[in-house]
Amino acid sequence: MSSIAQPKRGPSARRDQFLASLFVNGVLALICLVWTIPTIGVLVSSFRDREEISRSGWWTIFPHSEYVKVDTITLDRQTPLDQPINIPSLGITLSNEQLQAGYTLDDGRQVMWESRRQRTIAVQNKQIVSNTNFTLDNYRSVLTGKTRTVDGQEQDDAGTNFGNAFLNSVAVAVPSTVIPILLAAFAAYGFAWMRFPGRKILFTIIVALLVVPLQLALVPIMRDFMQLEINGTFLAVWLAHTGFGLPLATYLLYNYISELPREILESAFIDGATPFTTFVRLVLPLSVPALASFAIFQFLWVWNDYLVALIFIGAKPNVQVLTMLLANLVGSRGQDWHLLTAGAFISMLLPLIVFFSLQRFFVRGLMAGSVKG
Amino acid sequence: MANVTEVKPQRQSQSQQGSPAQMLLALVGFIVTLAVIWFGFIFLRNSQETMHKLVSTVIAIVWGVGGVAALFVSANFLAEQFGDTIKSFLRPFIFVGPAVFMLGWFLFLPTVRTLYLSFFNADTSQFVGIQNYIFAFTDRTMLEAFRNNLIWMFFGTSGCVVFGLIIAVLADRSKFETVAKALIFMPMAISFVGAGVIWRFVYYYAPPGETQIGLLNAMVTFLGGEPKAWTSLIQPANNLFLVVIMIWLQTGFAMVIFSSAIKGISADILEAARVDGANEWQTFFRIIIPTIQSTILTVTTTILIFSLKIFDVVMVMTGGQYGTHVIATQFYRQLFTYRDFGRGAAIAMILLIVISPVIVYNLRQLNQQEGFR
Repeated sequence: MSSIAQPKRGPSARRDQFLASLFVNGVLALICLVWTIPTIGVLVSSFRDREEISRSGWWTIFPHSEYVKVDTITLDRQTPLDQPINIPSLGITLSNEQLQAGYTLDDGRQVMWESRRQRTIAVQNKQIVSNTNFTLDNYRSVLTGKTRTVDGQEQDDAGTNFGNAFLNSVAVAVPSTVIPILLAAFAAYGFAWMRFPGRKILFTIIVALLVVPLQLALVPIMRDFMQLEINGTFLAVWLAHTGFGLPLATYLLYNYISELPREILESAFIDGATPFTTFVRLVLPLSVPALASFAIFQFLWVWNDYLVALIFIGAKPNVQVLTMLLANLVGSRGQDWHLLTAGAFISMLLPLIVFFSLQRFFVRGLMAGSVKG
Repeated sequence: MANVTEVKPQRQSQSQQGSPAQMLLALVGFIVTLAVIWFGFIFLRNSQETMHKLVSTVIAIVWGVGGVAALFVSANFLAEQFGDTIKSFLRPFIFVGPAVFMLGWFLFLPTVRTLYLSFFNADTSQFVGIQNYIFAFTDRTMLEAFRNNLIWMFFGTSGCVVFGLIIAVLADRSKFETVAKALIFMPMAISFVGAGVIWRFVYYYAPPGETQIGLLNAMVTFLGGEPKAWTSLIQPANNLFLVVIMIWLQTGFAMVIFSSAIKGISADILEAARVDGANEWQTFFRIIIPTIQSTILTVTTTILIFSLKIFDVVMVMTGGQYGTHVIATQFYRQLFTYRDFGRGAAIAMILLIVISPVIVYNLRQLNQQEGFR
């Protein structure tokens, strides 16, 4: 838009333009900041010491002024607390309440109980500090499912084995992406380039199924899986994701494959190729962009899915995927932020890598698949 | 869109019917393929406990991809043995058959079966007429879920659309468009469960007087306010704090689509408006908005459907407690907490009924496409 010539020129117009640009960029930067801060908070916290996370906000890693203990005054153990307390070394007398809340001295220092029972008082000085004790312990804990206790022993930490869950997520997501693509590519070619009775009605049904909510399918499918005895196995999730991903896959690939130039296919047939070889040698290679878009969409959809995994894998700890493990951790240990933040980040790692490395395919896939049930 | 008169293979190359021996071979090959797929299924089902999951993943990929490919090859080979008429009749079904089978099993039939189940009692032993629907529309917690879904649909959708539009317009005129768009879009790569952890951390509550490690409460106390338990105690406003999460996740989608629509507006129109003395606001409301109207409608519909089906966020943040149930969590509760298939099915049917106008719209769009007249 900047290339458009402005009708009026002059110092005031130029100043207006500058202010407008400042406004646009400023507001946008502010929005971006608000959008990014929640994620940064989790990322930063995942590297902080577990004690520090619960004691101070993650933003204290940035320089800020804070009272830091510079001295400890020990009073007589028998000092009564219900009377004014004399602190000889400072030459003042304070009440118990004042020492609890913190009392600011004339020179800017603050005195406060360090331990009321031990009768020790901390003298604090305001200093610019930043809490930058970073550690990888949280990640070690959630990846191995073990925590190091105070005496250096390793101890099993139930329900935090994210390393195992990561493998499970891979095991669920890869076949759930590859199988529907193959099925859908064949079907899309059939619908686009062959005529057969029932073609129109079948394709209409597929388009209708595009936005059908998953919930509709869950009850009957769960019953079928009970009869096949595959509830709680990867197989169940692979089949379910294949079925649920097919309408979108078929529709997307149909749109792409039906637009392929007719002449190319015709010349292949004139050379004596069967539809099957045409499909494998010609149509598949030409459709790579569409296949890639759908593959990325489906992979992320399956990776981030919670509902299907929850219903068909259930509570078996051995086969749990990342989203389920993380959700369970939220339920059982919602205060343990050192585990939650590291776990959350592990579950986001692969999608974020895909996002930043394949952004263009990613956007296209998501836009095309945004209506999926 | 391709003109769908079938591209016929040239006759002379392979019009011969196969010999009986070849025919037998093809038939055996086809049956063996089916058997291998079936035994692969049994093997994968039974070996889950004993096999390493990476091994079973590899086997699953080989089984899934290889099985599907072998099915196509052997079925194709079998069809080749027949005369031209039968061959060209069978061939399309070989291509679309497997996908249609899976779609029928996982989406089409379940829809019909769910409709059927919704007229029966909890364990499908007794016909109850429309009792389940009466429950769904009169029960107190169900009404609460409907109210909450309306909150999600109204505030969530308008939030995403308004923010998406503002950011798209601002980004279009800023110097760091690519970076800004990537940052806003990034949450779409994150799972709802991960987003739940991120926002639980933002909303985290500690009693007054303690250090607030949640960003929101830290800001509130810094400004002199009282910390609050945002997602639980302040009902029904707590729903809005959950809606914020969806806005955070989905605005990127709206923004990307609006952004490409805005870039499609011709520079001449904008220039003409400026020459006529239109200011920025007038340009925005009188030109940009009307021009991308249909895009706004599409995005709004998509996000409406999305917020109707919202599930994961609520599950992770509150589990439906504190008056935050939505339709999808009620469905889950009926199904898995109460084991009531009838009520669960009825709730799923309600979702379908609400979405059905979109299905009708999609089908009308399809009918206007050239190839399906």
